[in-house]
Amino acid sequence: MHPSTNPLKARVQNVNFFYGTNHVVKNVSMDIEQNKITALIGPSGCGKTTLLRCFNRMHDLTPATRYEGAITLYPDNTNLIGTSVDPIEIRMRVGMVFQKPNPFPKSIFENVVYGLRVRGEKNRALLEEQAEKALRGSALWNEVKDRLGKPAYDLSGGQQQRLCIARALAVEPEILLFDEPTSALDPIATRAIEELVAEIKQRVTILIVTHNMQQAQRISDSTAFMYLGNLIEFARTEDLFHRPQNKLTADYVSGQFG
Amino acid sequence: MSNVPSPAPLNASALTPEGMLSGMRANIRSRKVFDGLFGVVAILALLVSILALVGLFVNLALQGSERIRPEFFLSFPSRNPFEAGILSAWVGSLVVMFVTALVGIPLGIAAGLYLEEYAPKNTVTNFIEINIMNLAGVPSIVYGLMALGLFVYKFQFGQSVLSAGLTLALLTLPIVITATREAIRTIPNAMREAAYALGATRWEVTSHHVLPYSMGGILTGTVIALSRAIGETAPLITIGALTFIAFLPTPPVSTEAPYLSFQWIWDAFTVLPIQMFNWVSRPQEEFQKNAAAAGVILMFMTLAMNGVAIWLRARYRSRVKW
Repeated sequence: MHPSTNPLKARVQNVNFFYGTNHVVKNVSMDIEQNKITALIGPSGCGKTTLLRCFNRMHDLTPATRYEGAITLYPDNTNLIGTSVDPIEIRMRVGMVFQKPNPFPKSIFENVVYGLRVRGEKNRALLEEQAEKALRGSALWNEVKDRLGKPAYDLSGGQQQRLCIARALAVEPEILLFDEPTSALDPIATRAIEELVAEIKQRVTILIVTHNMQQAQRISDSTAFMYLGNLIEFARTEDLFHRPQNKLTADYVSGQFG
Repeated sequence: MSNVPSPAPLNASALTPEGMLSGMRANIRSRKVFDGLFGVVAILALLVSILALVGLFVNLALQGSERIRPEFFLSFPSRNPFEAGILSAWVGSLVVMFVTALVGIPLGIAAGLYLEEYAPKNTVTNFIEINIMNLAGVPSIVYGLMALGLFVYKFQFGQSVLSAGLTLALLTLPIVITATREAIRTIPNAMREAAYALGATRWEVTSHHVLPYSMGGILTGTVIALSRAIGETAPLITIGALTFIAFLPTPPVSTEAPYLSFQWIWDAFTVLPIQMFNWVSRPQEEFQKNAAAAGVILMFMTLAMNGVAIWLRARYRSRVKW
């Protein structure tokens, strides 16, 4: 299941994940290519979001959860789900953008620099410079440059989501996780986010969970199809949608079930 | 259901469009009777509670109005009802509330934060949670009895401002804890996740986000807890508050070194409700007027605090929105 000869950013090896006794992700192995977009698709409850949240250890916040296997981050071979690795370190290296835009009820500026503040950065000039860079990176700068001190909730839903992307980009993560980032947005805002995601892969490796198969086809380089916790098929996006090797994949991408 | 008169049934045989429509209208009319009836009952219930409160207040105000003069606030209690005032009582109420707030608010907020954000959800925390609810229901005189044994005798704080403040702090703690927890629960989990995902520690999530966003609700609950404490009488009588105090606590600041003094926390005290109780129990008619006047002042203090709570809630609500 390794479609790639490109340099790798991470390797997922025999990952299992449990909520209590509930086995949610089953023995998944896949390679994440550097500066590419890898999409995770599959019907609701297939474990794609659960697998995504293993990458930044969000499950550590829920009691009675357990990881098995390894997600090795290159080039330093850190095991993202290793119990000896501090989840805070992981979250500082692997950013996340959520399903619903979730800016803090603070100013636009404070939202963007929050990650830097957590890292102890106090130099105002540097914070401003990074904020501008991140907002330019998320194509929001021109819309908000005159009102950085205004509440983030004054922005539209699509702008809020781009603000959340800027907030994640400001700390220059190595991997950026997207958990259905457009499911709460209208088609125009969705398109803006998709264009943005396709653009920022120059700077960061991207993993995206999506319900929308057209979206996966439009933006991703590789796609993984998951079903009932198993990774059914993982291939170049083009191949997965047009030449699926597995019957389940073929049925799913042709819309026979969902 | 059987004892409720059933509404006019939809006539199944009236299958013509007009017949169906008139049947439906009759049905709606008969259902709406109950609608109107309930509205009347609800308004009556509301009027009874509001009129009782207004009546009580007007009665107090009429009875006490002739005593409410500037001198009333500036005089110590006296055997002469015309000279007696509430100076020591309202100052006492203020200093006791100050101690109560200083101790009760931080402790209550910290406990509430711990229970919501830090404590693992297990049998022990469940047990603690249930018992905090129970503590809120313990009669205040029982707190007084406990404080008499613990603060007055065991810790040797005596019948002082400190003992009183601590007693009332204990009394308000369950309310502050509950208000804190309820305010914290209104914060969407998405806020916490957003902060954690950027590498924040639990304390950073709490201090940068959870606490500031819930401050409006916490302060509202806290002020309401304090406005209840200010009217408490039983526990303070139990710990031995004096009913006749013709002096003020030691001033906290002075012109001589060391300038700051904490002697006042050891001083004897009285508070408004106790002063009121004292006057009510006098046989002379004239003292009843003093009691009514003190009651009006106490009610104004309580209403003012509730007003502050409403103002705080509105202020924070307009600042934090999602």
